[in-house]
Amino acid sequence: MEKVDLVVRIGGESGEGIIVAGEILTLACARASFEVYTYRAYPAEVRGGHSMFQMRTANVPIFSAGDLVDILVALNQEAYDRHYSVVRKGGVLVYDPKSVQPHDRDDLILYPCPLEDMALNQVQAIQTKNVVTIGVLAQLFSIPQDKLEEVIREKFGSKGSQILEKDLLALKVGMEFARQNIQKKENLKLGRAEGRNRIVISGNAAVALGAIFAGCRFFSGYPITPATDILEILMKEMPRVGGISIQVEDEISALAMAIGASFAGKKAMTATSGPGLSLMSELIGFASMAEIPVVIVDVQRGGPATGMPTKMEQADLFHAVFSSHGDCPRIVIAPTNVEDCFYQTIKGFNLAERTQLPVIILSDQSLSQRYETIAIPEFNSIQIEERSIVTIEELAQGYQRYRITDSGLMPMGIPGKPGAYIARGLEHDGEGIPSYDQGVHQAMTEKRFRKLDLALMDNDFTLRWGNPQSEVGIISWGSTEGAVREATNQLKERGKEPDVLYIKLLSPLPRKQVEEFLKNKRKVLVPEVNYSGQLSHLLRAYFLFDPIPLNLAGGRPFAGYEILKKIEEVL
Amino acid sequence: MAHTVSDYKGKLKPTWCPGCGNFGVLTALLNAFTRLDLEPDNIAVVSGIGCSSRLPGFLSTYGVHSLHGRALPIGQGIKLANPKVEVIVVGGDGDAFAIGGGHFPHAARRNIDLAYIVMNNRIYGLTKGQVAPTSDVSFRTVSSPYGNFEEPINPVAFAISVGATFVARGFSAKVDQLTDLIVAAIAHQGFAFLDVISPCVTFNKVHTYKYFQERVTPLPPDYQPDDPVRAVEMAKVMQDVIYTGIFFRKEKATYQDWISKILEGVKPATPEELVLSQR
Repeated sequence: MEKVDLVVRIGGESGEGIIVAGEILTLACARASFEVYTYRAYPAEVRGGHSMFQMRTANVPIFSAGDLVDILVALNQEAYDRHYSVVRKGGVLVYDPKSVQPHDRDDLILYPCPLEDMALNQVQAIQTKNVVTIGVLAQLFSIPQDKLEEVIREKFGSKGSQILEKDLLALKVGMEFARQNIQKKENLKLGRAEGRNRIVISGNAAVALGAIFAGCRFFSGYPITPATDILEILMKEMPRVGGISIQVEDEISALAMAIGASFAGKKAMTATSGPGLSLMSELIGFASMAEIPVVIVDVQRGGPATGMPTKMEQADLFHAVFSSHGDCPRIVIAPTNVEDCFYQTIKGFNLAERTQLPVIILSDQSLSQRYETIAIPEFNSIQIEERSIVTIEELAQGYQRYRITDSGLMPMGIPGKPGAYIARGLEHDGEGIPSYDQGVHQAMTEKRFRKLDLALMDNDFTLRWGNPQSEVGIISWGSTEGAVREATNQLKERGKEPDVLYIKLLSPLPRKQVEEFLKNKRKVLVPEVNYSGQLSHLLRAYFLFDPIPLNLAGGRPFAGYEILKKIEEVL
Repeated sequence: MAHTVSDYKGKLKPTWCPGCGNFGVLTALLNAFTRLDLEPDNIAVVSGIGCSSRLPGFLSTYGVHSLHGRALPIGQGIKLANPKVEVIVVGGDGDAFAIGGGHFPHAARRNIDLAYIVMNNRIYGLTKGQVAPTSDVSFRTVSSPYGNFEEPINPVAFAISVGATFVARGFSAKVDQLTDLIVAAIAHQGFAFLDVISPCVTFNKVHTYKYFQERVTPLPPDYQPDDPVRAVEMAKVMQDVIYTGIFFRKEKATYQDWISKILEGVKPATPEELVLSQR
């Protein structure tokens, strides 16, 4: 079968339906059995400002949204000015000559289309310009019309038959225009791929459904970009599995309610972004002190303060690992791609129950809002861990909720059943009675920290690939995985493949695996999308070596070539 | 076998100052549990931080002694997750109206079925005598050395205005009436708020037992607790007379009622089906 690997970027004014158009294209391609991987950049405001959606679609595995663009759709001059330089030589520009004047250049194939006129005059609805555009693309690049129509019906069906009819008409108008008026000057095309057992899902949806699959039956949250989808999905779907979701007054309440629900016996979660995590800090300490399992998702965005709400950054690592006053053990997990969001969220719930500690899952804007095709999970092989609940026998033997044990763990009592105890934020003894005795504080702190070892029982918290003999390594975390894979694939072709380690458990760090990796390394590059080099700091502190940081202050993910360039420098 | 007061008492003796108003509240709460014959394992008493928030520790029931100001959302989480549990949230006026004030209106307007008992001493006791959101204008404390000039919150009027469906005031020195009020608050279906005058004998030398004994009066016998405007008027009488009793009561669907309707109405799905529908 012929290899297909197409990168399409659509740019224009925020509010023109660019993200919706991108999503329709993405879902249609995925349903035509192609791999998809998307990236979006948009302003925090609902209207005004520049908006961009990029989709890469292929019939081979892909690990990023692509560095160079094959097809650029520019809906206004700004979109052209911003993006024409990333179009590869011989690539295509689709544009409306009424609002875009491209340079006179011969390395781009120009397809001018009166997109606005078609929407206005033929469809008689200017807001369908985005769908007219999809129609043009569908005809030019053989994107299956039946799949597009199917997705449009699902997306607009609930908005009433008139709107749906207009959108279906817009698709036909765009296709018809391209068929009659555009002489194709390249041979980019999609067609159909071989059927495969895939689903298409965003990072946020993967987290939300991972939570449900793990047994989460209580969610509380407060809307915040870019985590809001998790709230919206769970408000809708949680009742379908018999659970409860609630939108509350602030992030403090969100975590407090989740902790209350967990105390009452339900697996519980909240989801937020950096500003919300800041508000939750004190309660993270409470959950750690009172030993109440709870899962907190932080979809990182550009910070500090309000920062850049719609932009990508990985600068909450310190915050996740160290926030809350006092000595405060917690688990921090970072998934590396959309599929991993599903599995690491399940893992997060397992570890929360296993350690009775708060678990923070670090996603980020680029990971959360992009779509990827992923393999359908093998549901039966996924392990779900349940809470250890005090038994009648244990009660008869004089149960103490916080008794000091070798593992640090004691089973929990659940309201409504025997085993009553007081969960406290004050330091307490084995029975939960407040104590300010130094010896008690020492022993209880040790006991709470000891539970972190229970997380290290698993050995799947690192991901390693590349050449283990190489003295040059890359250690990284989170969604930089895609760009690093693109770079290492190219290095492999050149016979210069480094060794790569992704750390998915950031608290506690998987010491054994990291030490094993470092054994033969001369140079270790640590790329991360933050200014301060947060993982570099942690590695230096815990493993006493000097990593070579590669930092981007945020705003967007790394491109593969940036990693490649740095590695070649290091080599 | 019916339960007795000792079934709800914990091992710890209260750490409050001798004469503290909170003793009366604890006694009334134990009486109320006994009268309602609740199962101790089926009660969760949630508190924040402050002298009064020590209360759960003196019980044998489930409890959460949480963070300053966060008792209400934790209590709501418990009730939503496990509706069969009787949730009582307790704490002081600082917890309720200063640091935790942002949670109060939302708990009230959700009408989540729990009882919230605020022990109101018009001062910060645990931190040794600072001005509180319920302190009178001109009240001098270590943190208001020139006199307080912020208008006090009237808890009863506040609760009515934000939509609480049961609002009452009691006095910790009148344990029998307080027991009746706590029983009614727990029995009420929805968000029940109880403002309890609970004097601080150590730091508040103005609002003493004597001060309240001279003023506290039950609401008139012909008073009907069905008119929120009238209720607020009566609540705001604070000078020579301070009324106690049920100011306002209203039947209204609880948050749980709405949830039950949603749960009955939705098309059930398995987690697997939800994952497979992503395409």
